[in-house]
Amino acid sequence: MFLGHVMQHAVLDPRDGRTILLATRTGHLGPTVFRSTDLGRSWTEATRPPAFASGDPLNRSLRAVFWLTPGHADEPGVWYAGGTPQGLFRTEDAGDTWQPVAGWNDHPMWATWAEWPDENTPDGSMLHSIIVDPRDRAHLYLGLSAGGVFESTDAAGDWKPLNAGCLALFQPDPEPEFGHDPHCVRLHPLQPDRLYQQNHCGIYRMERGDGRWLRVGDNMPREVGDIGFPIELHPRDPDTAWVFPMDGTDVWPRTSPDGRPAAYVTRDAGESWARCDDGLPEQAWFTVKRQAMTVDAGEPLGVYFGTTSGEVWGSTDEGATWHPIVQHLPEVYSVEYGETA
Amino acid sequence: MKVRIPTPLRSYTDQRAEVDADGATLSELLVDLDRRYPGIRFRMVDEQGRIRKHMKLFLNGESARDLDTPVAESDEVVIMQALSGG
Repeated sequence: MFLGHVMQHAVLDPRDGRTILLATRTGHLGPTVFRSTDLGRSWTEATRPPAFASGDPLNRSLRAVFWLTPGHADEPGVWYAGGTPQGLFRTEDAGDTWQPVAGWNDHPMWATWAEWPDENTPDGSMLHSIIVDPRDRAHLYLGLSAGGVFESTDAAGDWKPLNAGCLALFQPDPEPEFGHDPHCVRLHPLQPDRLYQQNHCGIYRMERGDGRWLRVGDNMPREVGDIGFPIELHPRDPDTAWVFPMDGTDVWPRTSPDGRPAAYVTRDAGESWARCDDGLPEQAWFTVKRQAMTVDAGEPLGVYFGTTSGEVWGSTDEGATWHPIVQHLPEVYSVEYGETA
Repeated sequence: MKVRIPTPLRSYTDQRAEVDADGATLSELLVDLDRRYPGIRFRMVDEQGRIRKHMKLFLNGESARDLDTPVAESDEVVIMQALSGG
């Protein structure tokens, strides 16, 4: 099933361990969401897929559902979806019917923040990295490519940029209030005032008490750099994170630096990084998309990534050694871990 | 009237290549098609009522982009989708 469809994101609901949502489209058909409540044995399309409001004053229409995030643990059935263009959508019935989130989509600054109607990324600008604070269901973050990181403290009613300290070297002002290009933003569940992001302009960490992003990617080897798409956190250790660097020179060739694939891990919140390439090919020409890297909950932790060349690799020792899990697939968009009920 | 369905949309019509739908305009026809085969319209027409970029409707062999175009019971409607890339 779904052969030939583009699966932007596939996520298992951690609250029930059996509901999976798929964000999907095909080349030319409109975007939609499919749901399974039996771990993928059968699928049903959303009765009302994510869409902007009919009669939208900006005449927006959704071209892709790009990102899926389950809601707060105390709100079973609530999910958020991000799209292309950068709309935010919410369901309260586990993905069957979706509504546009007016506080974001109709925010007076939306067109400015989203740089509407420009398309600033090759596949269209997108909303991603929707994060729900585990302490507070009304506290949300999201990322815009392009646009930056934004925060709401009133259940998506109002939003503010959260980009201080982060570079946007492709803007006339390299440190603007918004207009950045976060690739992937993560919040640590045990230390929710700590955020990490892999950005177009480096790897950053923010301690909310400081209120500024710190470029911890400056501690990466200079010849590798700190450009990439995914960043994944150790669920039990707020100081540990993995990235998968990409060649950020010239035209951004969407390959590993020097064609030598490797993950990098930090054990000290970005102060230092160690290369993890044992078992990976010495020379290969792929990269890893922002939804295509994940970790499990094992001890030691498993780390997994899918490649643009159609392989899935795994490590059962936190990245020390890697082995191929699947090969000869089409381009991999999404790799997620989930625990079944 | 008879409506021809392209292969990418036949998952909605139990793989039937030709189905029946009613309406006085193309717009009404697609609404009726969606009533019979839920979800099919949004894959072809966006939330602002625009035919998606690579979808095409043919009415009696002529391309029709205006969804207000009247249709009659004797008309033949063909839905096509460009398959592109290389």
